[in-house]
Amino acid sequence: MNELAAQHPLLIVVAPKVIILLFVLLTALAYLTWFERKVVAHIQSRWGPFRVGPHGLLQPLADGVKFLFKEDVTPAGADKFVYFLAPFLALSLAVTSIAVIPFGPKGLTIFGQATPTGITNLNIGLLILFAITSMGVYGVALAGWSSNSKYPLLGGLRSSAQMISYELTLTMSVVGVILMAGTFNLSEIVTSQQGNYWWGLPHWNVIGWPMPQVFGCLLFFTAAVAETNRAPFDLAEAESELVAGFHTEYSSFKFAMFFMAEYASMITVSCLATILFFGGWLSPFPQTPLFAWTRFIPAASFALAGLALAAHGIRYITIFGRIVLPFLGIVLLGLGLSFALPGVIAIVQGPFWFLLKIGVFLFVYVWVRGTLPRFRYDQLMNFGWKVLLPLSIANVVVTSFFIVWMER
Amino acid sequence: MITPQIGVFLVLAAVAVAGAVSLILQRHPIHSALSLIVVMVALAILYLLQGAEFIAAVQIIVYAGAIMVLFIFVIMLLNAGEEERTNLSRLARFVGVPLGGVFLVEVAYWIGRATIHLEPAPPQAVSTRDLSSLLFREYVFPFELTSFLILIALLGALVLARREESN
Repeated sequence: MNELAAQHPLLIVVAPKVIILLFVLLTALAYLTWFERKVVAHIQSRWGPFRVGPHGLLQPLADGVKFLFKEDVTPAGADKFVYFLAPFLALSLAVTSIAVIPFGPKGLTIFGQATPTGITNLNIGLLILFAITSMGVYGVALAGWSSNSKYPLLGGLRSSAQMISYELTLTMSVVGVILMAGTFNLSEIVTSQQGNYWWGLPHWNVIGWPMPQVFGCLLFFTAAVAETNRAPFDLAEAESELVAGFHTEYSSFKFAMFFMAEYASMITVSCLATILFFGGWLSPFPQTPLFAWTRFIPAASFALAGLALAAHGIRYITIFGRIVLPFLGIVLLGLGLSFALPGVIAIVQGPFWFLLKIGVFLFVYVWVRGTLPRFRYDQLMNFGWKVLLPLSIANVVVTSFFIVWMER
Repeated sequence: MITPQIGVFLVLAAVAVAGAVSLILQRHPIHSALSLIVVMVALAILYLLQGAEFIAAVQIIVYAGAIMVLFIFVIMLLNAGEEERTNLSRLARFVGVPLGGVFLVEVAYWIGRATIHLEPAPPQAVSTRDLSSLLFREYVFPFELTSFLILIALLGALVLARREESN
């Protein structure tokens, strides 16, 4: 097997990684819709999806089946080729960008082949990500144009203007981090944040030395929310003005593809924010013998979550729920216990902290959507060009000043 | 012997040329713009093949991701329709087409002569660090001069585009 892997590393090592990651990502996308609906519902004192499966857990499946069986309508006078191209472009670009994200430290070893945790580890990973994000606007713009309808056209125009404007801030806000790390390689950016201050907090860039990137982080996240066309920057699909904006004329699975693209770019942006400002896969605790017990946090949290779920599930309203929820709880408990095993404990550390931080960012995304009202269009442009962009340039200047000053 | 690199090069070169031809032949401005994006992405991957990572990424970020978005934005904003196609004018038919043919033959001749004895250069990765230290130390004066030139063009465009205040 090892020799076979050495002969065909692409087939035996890389391809399974791609397939597994795609499967995980698409499942995560589906459950992200569930998560968002639940969180927004609770913010608005509602229950959210509850009927399909216990706590609405099968809702994404029902939605998926519904999308597949709906009639696929192409509007009269649409530019057929571009109309079909736009959703594919949007989804494929959004999903591709996950390929450069590192999920854990160092390499895995599969059949004797060392390979990065994540699909690939590029020297220009960050630039590739920005390149893909900058291409992402085509999905929206072309969808709006090719529908041959006024609301989509207006939505497409709005969102292309918005994405061009906020891309500048997005790019400028990470320059501070790049100056501090001295590399575009996402793995190396994370390892450059290793270690803790003597007073305990980790060396993450958001509170980094010599210049904490607090402003960089805030600017990045604001611009990223605008770049992914999410509330409060979702003017491209402002339902009170534009029906549904650029995807008004799309139905069936093509609509679902735009939906998935939006959630995929949310995940990418959360990954990126975690890597750049919050230490990626690094644990927040110092790596000293005093804090050795923190290595059991993944195991303990999974086991406790499993126990809580099982305890809650036994008393669920429906019989189906009384079977499924305790079962899920026991699976989580089993996973948690296996995370405490000597060989596994080292492997799960990185992905656990990474996914936890991504989850926090995704929650903030939904929280912001549930809290803030939508911008007006002129406010959006003024805010982007007159507030965010000058601030991000100032951040670059101040950061480089401090770096030069401290190096002397 | 076709190595994977030559194979990738051939495919991308074909894509780039096809995109360029399609750019001219398409009748709708949006389709032309899309063809141009294809050309630029193919060129970016060709740069990557040569080991110029930074240039490749910048090619996509700046040209495909920013400039072409503006092109498409303007085409959408003006809602430009399909071009009408005319038959070749007399000047084009009797002077343009033969002249184009002559140039094509000439270029083909010189390219054929120039590359026939050349060994393909081994691709060497140029790190972004090397590139930027070259740009900001050795060539800092031309670099700043170019940025100044662009700034002047920007201001000029602003002055031309601004409406006179009516008071």
